[in-house]
Amino acid sequence: MAEMQRVGEVIEASTTDFVAQCYELYQIPPLGSLVKTKDLPVELYGIVCNAATTSLEPGRRPIARGKDETTEEEIYRSSPQLLKLLRSEFGALVVGHKKDAKLYHYLPPQPARIHSFVYLCPPEEVKEFGQSFDFLNLLINTHLPVPTEELVAASLRQMSQAYEDPRAFLVAAGKELAILLSGNLNQLKAILGRIKL
Amino acid sequence: MSERLGIVVSGSLNKGVEVKLDSSAPIEDMAVGRFVTIEGQKRRFFGMITDVSLGVIDQKLTLTPPDVSDPFIAEVLAGTSTFGTLHVSPSLVIGGDVASLLEGPQPVKTVPSHFSVVNLASQRDVELVFGTEDEKRFFIGTPLDMETKVCLDLEELVKRSNGVFGKSGTGKTFLARLLLIGMLQKGTAVNLVFDMHSEYGWESRDERGRKVKALKQLFPSKVAVFTLDEESSRRRRVSTDFVVRLGYDEIEPEDIALLRQTLNLTEASVQAVYQLAREFGDKRWIEATLGLEEGEETRQLLTKLNIHDSTYHNLRRGLETFRRLPFLVPSAPDNTVKRILEYLDRGTNVILEFGRYTDIAAYILVANLLTRRIHAQYREAMEKAIGEDTIPPRQLVITIEEAHRFLNPEVSSQTIFGTIAREMRKYNVTLLVIDQRPSGIDGEVMSQMGTKITCLLDNERDVDSVLAGVINKSEFKSVLSKLESKQQALIFGHAVPVPVVVRTREYGSAESYRDFIPRDETEAGKDIEELWE
Repeated sequence: MAEMQRVGEVIEASTTDFVAQCYELYQIPPLGSLVKTKDLPVELYGIVCNAATTSLEPGRRPIARGKDETTEEEIYRSSPQLLKLLRSEFGALVVGHKKDAKLYHYLPPQPARIHSFVYLCPPEEVKEFGQSFDFLNLLINTHLPVPTEELVAASLRQMSQAYEDPRAFLVAAGKELAILLSGNLNQLKAILGRIKL
Repeated sequence: MSERLGIVVSGSLNKGVEVKLDSSAPIEDMAVGRFVTIEGQKRRFFGMITDVSLGVIDQKLTLTPPDVSDPFIAEVLAGTSTFGTLHVSPSLVIGGDVASLLEGPQPVKTVPSHFSVVNLASQRDVELVFGTEDEKRFFIGTPLDMETKVCLDLEELVKRSNGVFGKSGTGKTFLARLLLIGMLQKGTAVNLVFDMHSEYGWESRDERGRKVKALKQLFPSKVAVFTLDEESSRRRRVSTDFVVRLGYDEIEPEDIALLRQTLNLTEASVQAVYQLAREFGDKRWIEATLGLEEGEETRQLLTKLNIHDSTYHNLRRGLETFRRLPFLVPSAPDNTVKRILEYLDRGTNVILEFGRYTDIAAYILVANLLTRRIHAQYREAMEKAIGEDTIPPRQLVITIEEAHRFLNPEVSSQTIFGTIAREMRKYNVTLLVIDQRPSGIDGEVMSQMGTKITCLLDNERDVDSVLAGVINKSEFKSVLSKLESKQQALIFGHAVPVPVVVRTREYGSAESYRDFIPRDETEAGKDIEELWE
């Protein structure tokens, strides 16, 4: 298995989700991508469900600095302290866990621990996780600032890239959604419209 | 081959089960009449698709249809939000329980459990149900989209009266010919065919104008052709065995009663016939009546018999028809019935050609007249056989065309055919009825038929009458009305374990003839070989 890419560290955790801060400003994993923590004995899987870049100190808003600069990069170059005063965070929805090398597509017994390292899952692991679509139910039934259909579509798009035949994966996922959302055709249509190739 | 179609989702024993199609099974490939197997938890069921329908998971979908021009959307929705359903009527248990393992397929008494898997029936399953061709089973055709043979149990078939129905031009004659060939080949019965259009004995042409051989050519040693019209037979170069002549003395008042409609006689005329017969005697009455001349004497006689003048004229006009039939003579030189029975006794099948006399009056008269007496003889022989514990006479199958003329509710109680159809097998005589208007046949007679083979019928009343008494009638209705107009038939009844739609076996090519004739029959070798060329 390839070396896993470490993308951040858990700074807030609950049973259903966790928030991680990125080590580098703007190095946020894409919306919908599958990330994991490696706390033993239980590894948690999460789907990136939102992200934000804010000031380090809550009451202190950034100010516009680019009036005399020609490009955006110039701003950061002339004020290098900015990279330390701002931070990027992302939230991940917990969609499963692994215990004793066995994958479960439901919530873990305990939430993630603070300061757990968060990794981006490599394609092999994404494929392993994508063998079951049970996580779709978790995604659909949570209330998030991000519209559900956006999140579901984004996660499926991300996952499909791990497959040799992304279309087959998306069709199978679509069928699962069609059953889950049998009572909500508009939502189904919205998602299908966002995942078609 | 075990192609999965879907799963059972609901149903009942009476109405059949609903099957939700898998998305991988394209609905457009389904066809009514196809066989499926259902893998229940304990038993395997065998049934037929009787309806195909479309379903949606939410009615809203039908109001705002999704954009299926996008193949992705179409593929996702197929089988999930939109799906096909099949209506299957299970008819047999073909495995799983002890009885079906030991004794073969058993009738169903229950339904498969929820979500049992439904597969297309494999060749083996169909063979298990319909058996393979052997000394009593005759290969009649293949199920739709399959190569397996559907075999009729001819021994069972001939024990009851049977019917071949279908609109004109759907292949009734071909089917009947096949059945006759089957009976000849397997030797399960001797046949007497009243061949109205002279197409069973010697070759005739099919709809494409191709010559097709008939029974006498295929089984020269087992078939005798009798003819009413020597000239026509000679012109068609048929080698006939006997020329039939019937005497007036053989016509009985009952025969006239039967011909009432055909001869356009009034009820009073028919009554007059009985009176005249009493006056002149059963043997002489026609000749005597036709011999009556206008005059005082006749008038006195009519007054004596209390026959009205107009009735007499009406009857007279009807009887004149007989004079125009050359095969009717005042007294016959030979006893036709005796001859026919002699042939039948030897196991030779008799085909009676009508030649030019395709007039329905002639047909009814001759068929009824001969059959009544043959039946009487058979009855006698049978009773004797029972009394003396000897071998009963051979099973006899009498083939009649235009059967609704003999078996309509009005006359079926009077004709011998009605009696035969009802009495069934008791006297070893049964009927093979060929008709295009089954609704014209008496319901009681229809219900006594063992096996019905029907080609396409589209008249509602005909369909109803053929299917009268069938369980799940409405389902078979849809199957029957969707038959192709050529070479397809629905068979149901005594000789097949389940109703089946078949593509009829090929008939008319040299190869097909070769298959009909058992090996040891080809002793005439070369001659027949040449015939095929």
